[in-house]
Amino acid sequence: MNFSVLTTQFWSLCIQGIALGFIYVLISLGYTMVYGVLRLINFANSEVVMVGTFATVVAQVAILKNPATSDPLHGTRLVLTLFFALVFSALACGLLGVLVELVAYRRLRALGTNRLASLISAIAVSIVLSEAVRIYTHSAPVTSPRLLEKWSFGEVAGANFRVDTVMIIVSGGIIFFALDRFVNKSRLGKAIRAVSMSEENSKLMGINLNRVVSLTFFIGGLTTGAAAFFYTTVYETTQFNVGFNLGLAAFTAAVLGGIGNLRGAFYGGLFLGVLEQFSSAILGSQWKSVTVFLVLVLVLLIKPSGIFGEAVQQTRT
Amino acid sequence: MKIRNYWNLRDWGAGVWERANRPQRVAIAITSIILVGLLPFAGASFLATPIASYDAVLVYPVGVFVLMALGLNIVVGKSGMLDLGYVAFFAIGAYTMALMGTHTGLNTWEIMPFGIGFAMLAGVLLGLPTLRLRGDYLAIVTLGFGEIVRLVVLNSTWSKGPNGIANIPMPPDIGPLKFKLDDQKVFFWVVVIMILLTIWMIRRLSVRRPGRAWEAIRQDEDAAELMGVPTLKYKIWSFTLGAAVGGAAGVLYGSKNLFIAPEMFTLNVSILILSCVVFGGIGNIWGVIVGATILGYLPDRIRFISDARLLVFGTVLVVVMNFRPDGLLPRKKREKAIVKKGVNA
Repeated sequence: MNFSVLTTQFWSLCIQGIALGFIYVLISLGYTMVYGVLRLINFANSEVVMVGTFATVVAQVAILKNPATSDPLHGTRLVLTLFFALVFSALACGLLGVLVELVAYRRLRALGTNRLASLISAIAVSIVLSEAVRIYTHSAPVTSPRLLEKWSFGEVAGANFRVDTVMIIVSGGIIFFALDRFVNKSRLGKAIRAVSMSEENSKLMGINLNRVVSLTFFIGGLTTGAAAFFYTTVYETTQFNVGFNLGLAAFTAAVLGGIGNLRGAFYGGLFLGVLEQFSSAILGSQWKSVTVFLVLVLVLLIKPSGIFGEAVQQTRT
Repeated sequence: MKIRNYWNLRDWGAGVWERANRPQRVAIAITSIILVGLLPFAGASFLATPIASYDAVLVYPVGVFVLMALGLNIVVGKSGMLDLGYVAFFAIGAYTMALMGTHTGLNTWEIMPFGIGFAMLAGVLLGLPTLRLRGDYLAIVTLGFGEIVRLVVLNSTWSKGPNGIANIPMPPDIGPLKFKLDDQKVFFWVVVIMILLTIWMIRRLSVRRPGRAWEAIRQDEDAAELMGVPTLKYKIWSFTLGAAVGGAAGVLYGSKNLFIAPEMFTLNVSILILSCVVFGGIGNIWGVIVGATILGYLPDRIRFISDARLLVFGTVLVVVMNFRPDGLLPRKKREKAIVKKGVNA
């Protein structure tokens, strides 16, 4: 128990928590989009994150050619490289999401059988993904080249604005805003919302159900891939089993905010990130998951559909 | 819904049983129990496992998986609640065995009631506040509970943290039957007896009031509540009975393994047991047993492809779920719920 951090590091923990929270937000969008449309927990999303971290490393190594000797990049070249890695990881995860849907869900959806069968088949796909990567990397952690020197913009009230923290917060915010606009304003977004309200009726309205579902998995994969890129840029290392904890935390965030609800995932993810930072500073990092789950249970007991509720049809994806 | 015409082993089995008269049924039951009891002697046949000792594999994973899958089936299959933290009860049983076995002079059979009791207590404590939740929310809360139990034993001093607890005593000998590490036939027979007791309990309960209440809750909870079924009470009962079976399996596992550590009780175990239930045929005892046997046994049987065995395992699971979504031996059509669209919507 170390409550003194509340006064000494309050703002610093906040800013770190928000950065971590944005990673959770982007991953939990992968859960919440799919849940909104299919009413299914997309268990394979955690392994999509894992594949995304490896895709980021692959992209960075491909650009840098000789990562061990090259110095950190600067200027335009740095921005372009980071952007390329981000896009590569996002696209890889988006396509993987579509593939997961084809393999794990499509046939079962057509048969209209129980939800548990889809759940198990998604879990099985995630076993296949993580095992394939484990065998390929021989269970060893993979280090990503250091693209970004972690310099600081300066301190405000003891909070250190590191360049990666700022990058995550700014681009995470942009991605979330763009997605929110897309779902709420565009024609395709309208189709997604229609399917989430009623599959039968949207079919009657001439919406191609399979295409909308694929699109949902693709978008969920895109944001998940972006999160994987940020994760790799900050921690600079990845392993075949990173997906599990990230996925669990992101899923918790989605439920916390009200699963199936885009803005719920946003606030849930940020709240969870900050909560994790504070609980590991106060109680020690080994207890952070326990705190997170206890908070989740309490929230669900008081408000069973999450803080922002899942039944808000207007904001629902 | 499309009519699917694959050969229905489940109905064939049920037909044989229903046509048989009482002496024939007794004969069938006794023969199958004897056949199962003789399984440990078949180690030299095609059943042999390449690396792990064959009779050890029959106890864990196969036997313990069957036992746990039957317990989880009470919760998931009978009353339709998705529990993703079942490993917690297994862990509570195992840690009860480890702590009481190393700190007191009690033997395994005397600790068994305590292990079951603590697991049931945990089931009630978790169930009372959370069983009002439905569907996926219940799933995430139980998942969180499983992780909390694991993290608490991982980070506490009384449980020796990540080092685990060693030197757990073996069960005392029963007459001429000796419990040995290198020859686990007696363990296997004990598991079989526990499985039989569980089957007996489930079958008795299924035809009585709790079974009918669970069935009603599974098909439509609101309707059940309106018809006067005290749903919360029976949901907690179902949860607690499932927990009891998990706790019993945990005590046996601790006593068999002689050493336990928190890493043995991860979410993966819960998911694996749930896979056994769904893979075999959710809600049908025999399907669950077949599913747990196959999923427990298969990874050890294919160990010759050592590194890729989980990959193969996952692939098999995907294929089977896609082509037999109701499991290998699904429950009778009559018992299938009228699938309500968007139950959790």
